[in-house]
Amino acid sequence: MSAALSRSDFVKWTASFAGSFVLLAGRDGVLTPAKAQAAADFSPNAWLRIHPDDTISVFINRSEMGQGVMTGLPTLVAEELDVPLARMTVEVASPAPQYLYPGQREMSTGGSVSLRSSWKPLRQAGANARAMLVQAAAQRWSVDPVSLTTRDGKVVHAASNRSATYGSLAAAAAKLPLPSDVALKVPEQFALIGKRGTQRLDVPSKVDGSAHYGIDVKVPGMRYAAIARCPVFGGTVKRFDANQAKAIKGVLDAVQISRGVAVIADNTWAAFRGRDALVVEWDEGPRAGNESAAMFAEAERLARDPSRSTATTKRGDVSSLSGRSLDAIYYGPFLAHATLEPMNATAYVRDDSCEIWAPTQAQSRAQAAAMRITGLPAEKIVIHTTMLGGGFGRRLQSDYIEEAVELSKAIKAPVKVTWSRADDLQHDFYRPMIVDVMRGVLDAGGRIAGLSCAAYGDSGSEVADATYQIPNLLVTTVAADHGVPTGAWRAPNANWTAFVMESFLDELAHAAGQDPVAFRLAHLLPDSAAAACLKLAAQRANWGTARAGISQGVALGFWNGSTCATVADVALNGSMPKVRRVTAAVAVGIAVNPEIVVAQTRSGVNYGLSAALRSKITLKNGRVEQANFDTYPVMRIAEAPAIDVAIVPSDASPTGIGELGVPAIAPAVSNAIFAATGKRIRRLPFSDAQDA
Amino acid sequence: MISLNVNGRHYDLDVPDEMPLLWALRDVAGLTGTKYGCGAGLCGACTVHVDGRPQRSCVMPVAAARGKTIATIEGLSPDRSHALQKAWIAEQVPQCGYCQSGQLMAAAALLARNANPSDDEIDAAMTNVCICGTYDGIRAAIHRAAVPTRKP
Ligand code: FES
Ligand code: FES
Repeated sequence: MSAALSRSDFVKWTASFAGSFVLLAGRDGVLTPAKAQAAADFSPNAWLRIHPDDTISVFINRSEMGQGVMTGLPTLVAEELDVPLARMTVEVASPAPQYLYPGQREMSTGGSVSLRSSWKPLRQAGANARAMLVQAAAQRWSVDPVSLTTRDGKVVHAASNRSATYGSLAAAAAKLPLPSDVALKVPEQFALIGKRGTQRLDVPSKVDGSAHYGIDVKVPGMRYAAIARCPVFGGTVKRFDANQAKAIKGVLDAVQISRGVAVIADNTWAAFRGRDALVVEWDEGPRAGNESAAMFAEAERLARDPSRSTATTKRGDVSSLSGRSLDAIYYGPFLAHATLEPMNATAYVRDDSCEIWAPTQAQSRAQAAAMRITGLPAEKIVIHTTMLGGGFGRRLQSDYIEEAVELSKAIKAPVKVTWSRADDLQHDFYRPMIVDVMRGVLDAGGRIAGLSCAAYGDSGSEVADATYQIPNLLVTTVAADHGVPTGAWRAPNANWTAFVMESFLDELAHAAGQDPVAFRLAHLLPDSAAAACLKLAAQRANWGTARAGISQGVALGFWNGSTCATVADVALNGSMPKVRRVTAAVAVGIAVNPEIVVAQTRSGVNYGLSAALRSKITLKNGRVEQANFDTYPVMRIAEAPAIDVAIVPSDASPTGIGELGVPAIAPAVSNAIFAATGKRIRRLPFSDAQDA
Repeated sequence: MISLNVNGRHYDLDVPDEMPLLWALRDVAGLTGTKYGCGAGLCGACTVHVDGRPQRSCVMPVAAARGKTIATIEGLSPDRSHALQKAWIAEQVPQCGYCQSGQLMAAAALLARNANPSDDEIDAAMTNVCICGTYDGIRAAIHRAAVPTRKP
């Protein structure tokens, strides 16, 4: 049990709760309610419910956005319970105290911690349930529990050739006291964890169109809405005229809310057209002059001004070092998340309750926001988490949910707010723009004596990662003040820091006349995960023996306890890289589902590469200039590399994989470009170097 | 009122002629497997078949689909038995899954005219966006579902 909630409280709570929602819903798009809590169900804890018909409901507190939690988390339960994974249905719980692990403050999905945080509690939940089922069978057959085994969802008494399914034991098990100190399996006993060939539970619904995303939600009486938001961040509505909008067939009304003007319609397209026909006069506020080139110049000025910055890491004294030094400045653009499913949310606020259907990574935050807007207590606010058509950190924000709640409250009807692609690209919480002023000093032996990074924004924090053995280190940062909303973007900080650090290390390696792999190894502890990954990747990529027309680059990436070494094999098409092949070696502790580790590594590599090739968000007159995939280009299959992923074997507790592939790919490609051309890229995306 | 033939079923939809087929399918006909990603023909999430050809439904007015045969992901097979659906499951292609209806419809149209496409032919035909980067899997699954051409 995670929280100090007794089982009877839990049963009462779930029974009174209209909330749970089966994500593996039918193809007609109708929301199928969770199997109601029945008297004969066995619910030893918040996480699972064994039904008399031998089906098992597993409740998870993380959102499925492609990273595999709907498979990985139930795998932990199934492993200890000895049931086939395919017998489980999985639901994302609505936020409530019993769905928080010990020490977890809120329900959200980020930081690649889903599996790591679930590793003990969900296995324990399965093991405890199994112990109670065994006990129930022992009582039924009057035998010693130690004479019983479990497999395939059954308790077996081999001596008497008897067996009983879990469903048939559910009612009896439910009457037993909750056990304590039930031992977990040791790795040698794992039948599912670490094994290949487990089918993802969400895949069938994603090949026949039945997977149910936020944008697919339809509830009785629901209206459709689109919102006009101020094109300048922080601006507000002065006045608006909705006459032309209301003349459009299907448009019902226009309503001002705190973020803009909403057009209410009876279908999405009418809402979009009505929104486009609105005439809104904005008070654009103080940011209407934001312009990208000037913002970068100002950021560089601030980063270089020691009186403005504070040291976040200081080791030794870089300034006193003499020796060969290298100076460089790196620039990174704002980036949008560009989840393929644009932001959307559906809300229904009644006098005494509020229901929200949303593709969200941040249930607790959304619930808290809905409490503020509606004045209702937490237990009256139910969040149905749908499938997420991508997350990448964007859906850790609750802005798009708040709009729907506010609007539903205003119009007293259920309403779905759908964002257009332009809305999505122009009202994101962006990966911050970055300027890093770097300085490195080599000692007489060609080792790094010291490194400094003066960073604008968040970007410096992880240059200080202790992975590399560098005796003198100084990182300073100056806070960004540009008024552009920023937020977590897949592998926050690391997604940029790796580009700076690993490109600059490459510069230093070349300055020292050393091979980039050997140079990195010389600065790593020999038994570190980073060294293991680097050697494995170099070996699999045949480092140093590149084929004609191909150059190689290497980089390391770190994310929240996980490590990835990446080698990129790159050909050049003009000055644009064509990445032929990527080799990634990852250390993630035990790989609970090796295929998902491979798929997620590939996903991260492609996400990072896509952004590095051509993506950037720029501002002019305070407005985001990009509006769709023509102006914010993303990578398609023709440019996608073949990606070889190797997993460093381990029995240690799992870390995370959802973001790990991102950080190292851009520097690996950039370092390969340098190897081919001698041209060092210090500004992303690569397409900008092409223009220059 | 516009009459449409979708997945072999007849629909009468009370929608304006210019409404994109995408929204008529999703909001009015209730066929939500076809996705909205860009509304401008740029991403392929909304790909359906019109008279057997791949069509980005976000840029086709519903009136233009009158009298034509439309197939959506819901009509690819009744039970995930299309060779591509089986291959997609075998290769465990989807991640978030949002692009996959469009990817499957684009791939089905490709295989219908080219039973065994090369990598270059896949690159040329499969221009759909996958933000999750499932491209390795998509390529492998198309090859798996392809019928190898027999050398004489
Ligand atoms: S939604 Fe039609 S191509 Fe993107
Ligand atoms: S699987 Fe997420 S966009 Fe393709």
